[in-house]
Amino acid sequence: MPVTETSKTVDKKAADDSQPAIVIQDVTKSFGSQRVLDGVTFHVRRGETLAVLGRSGTGKSVLLRIIVGLQEPDSGAALILGTNMAEADPAALGAARTQMGFLFQHAALYDSLTVEDNVAFPLVHHRPDMSASEKKDRVRALLHEVGLDGHLDKMPSDISGGMQKRVGLARALVLDPVILLLDEPTAGLDPISSGEIDELVLKLQKQHQLASIVVTHDMISAKTIATRIALMDKGKVVIEGSFDDLQRSEEKFVSQFLHRDL
Amino acid sequence: MSSTPQVALSEPATPNPIVSFLAWFGELGVFLWRVVTSAITPPYEFAEFFRQLDEVGSKSLPLIAAAGGAIGVVLALETRNSLVRFGAKSLLPTTIIFSVITEMGPIITGLIVSGRVGAGIGAELAAMRVTEQIDAIEASAVNPYKLLAATRILACIVAMPLLTLVASACGVFMGWVAATLIEPVSLTHFISVGFKGASFKDFLPPTFKTSVYGFIIGTIACFTGMRAKGGAAGVGNAATTSVVLSSLFVILSDVILVKLILILFP
Repeated sequence: MPVTETSKTVDKKAADDSQPAIVIQDVTKSFGSQRVLDGVTFHVRRGETLAVLGRSGTGKSVLLRIIVGLQEPDSGAALILGTNMAEADPAALGAARTQMGFLFQHAALYDSLTVEDNVAFPLVHHRPDMSASEKKDRVRALLHEVGLDGHLDKMPSDISGGMQKRVGLARALVLDPVILLLDEPTAGLDPISSGEIDELVLKLQKQHQLASIVVTHDMISAKTIATRIALMDKGKVVIEGSFDDLQRSEEKFVSQFLHRDL
Repeated sequence: MSSTPQVALSEPATPNPIVSFLAWFGELGVFLWRVVTSAITPPYEFAEFFRQLDEVGSKSLPLIAAAGGAIGVVLALETRNSLVRFGAKSLLPTTIIFSVITEMGPIITGLIVSGRVGAGIGAELAAMRVTEQIDAIEASAVNPYKLLAATRILACIVAMPLLTLVASACGVFMGWVAATLIEPVSLTHFISVGFKGASFKDFLPPTFKTSVYGFIIGTIACFTGMRAKGGAAGVGNAATTSVVLSSLFVILSDVILVKLILILFP
């Protein structure tokens, strides 16, 4: 889908830094009888990183899928640069998505494409104005930025999990988005690789002034890269604030989560 | 919009089989609507279409040629005995050529492609679904119905008549080889006797009816693949369902298509 008039509207909205890039308003979502999101509300501005923490199965990944428009909330709204993702027409939805980069939990690289082609995929489909050499330069610059210069022609199955996450990150950033969504960026990685990913996210975050949401279980990672942390339990945000705010909290669940107190 | 929940769900109640059956067709209708509306909207995915045409067409050629040839040999051996018994041995070329071109070539091509391509597309798209690759395509603001489904279905529609021509040609040729090994006859004589009194309406409708088979195979394979759930078991299930249903629907559609051809081209 080429960048359209609607996306220009999104661009203008994105340029207005005084407005939050992501607004989540009273979102609820149930699967059968199980309510996984129960009135979740928060916002994220450009330059901010919100880490969403919580136990497994508390709907953190579902929240990201609602933000990107892969799932619809039962009620409430996810406003991305002013676009209500559940009600947007296909053109507006496409335009909003081109302003977002999404790193999936398992990277979700296209296994029939090389590393270079994976990163180039969004450019091929959305930037007909760029020449082939410009696209190549952009892809190689991003792969250099994530430390994968020598792996352009490799297939995703031939690189490690940490490298796949880096490729996913480069793909998420290739359209120069306003918003970055990271689903468990350090899950399944060793501590050193996790630290490298955290540093990379932090560096890219500062360079691109993104509005980011990071869903994670990794408290160290959250403390390193987030400006704010939202802790979820039973579909609700129990507490939202800085890491220090969480440490000062007297809520039993917060204490249990931070210190593994049972 | 996909709906792969990332949370543990409660066990659903056992659905009514009739409701499930009707729901399946309803979902297939919605899927087809999405594919058609996305396919007719620019920009078009020509590169992916030609890649799929190669996957479906070129890479099926050896298998189709071998199957067509085998059918020609079997027909020659089986029908010769029957024709000799009734004193109609001179009809052997006509019997082989008409059988191969009007029915055996198309249906064998349909079933072979159902197996090879149906399983391939079903498993590939199912694997992409369960590893979130289809979600990643959608999150990149690229329509997966256009990129993945429309290109594959169209490739099946275009490739099927071409593959059928190959199967039929190999069937006729190998039928002649089998016949001439028993009783020598020249290829030109075999062909000229076999095609005597035939016209294009005898051969074009049966060949082009395979485009309908292609549509069925592509649609069923993409549909079952893109709605797959679970891990490896979901991928295996999608591949099996794709092959079984596309083969079944190819055979069932053949009944209708043969009748239609007989009505439209008497």
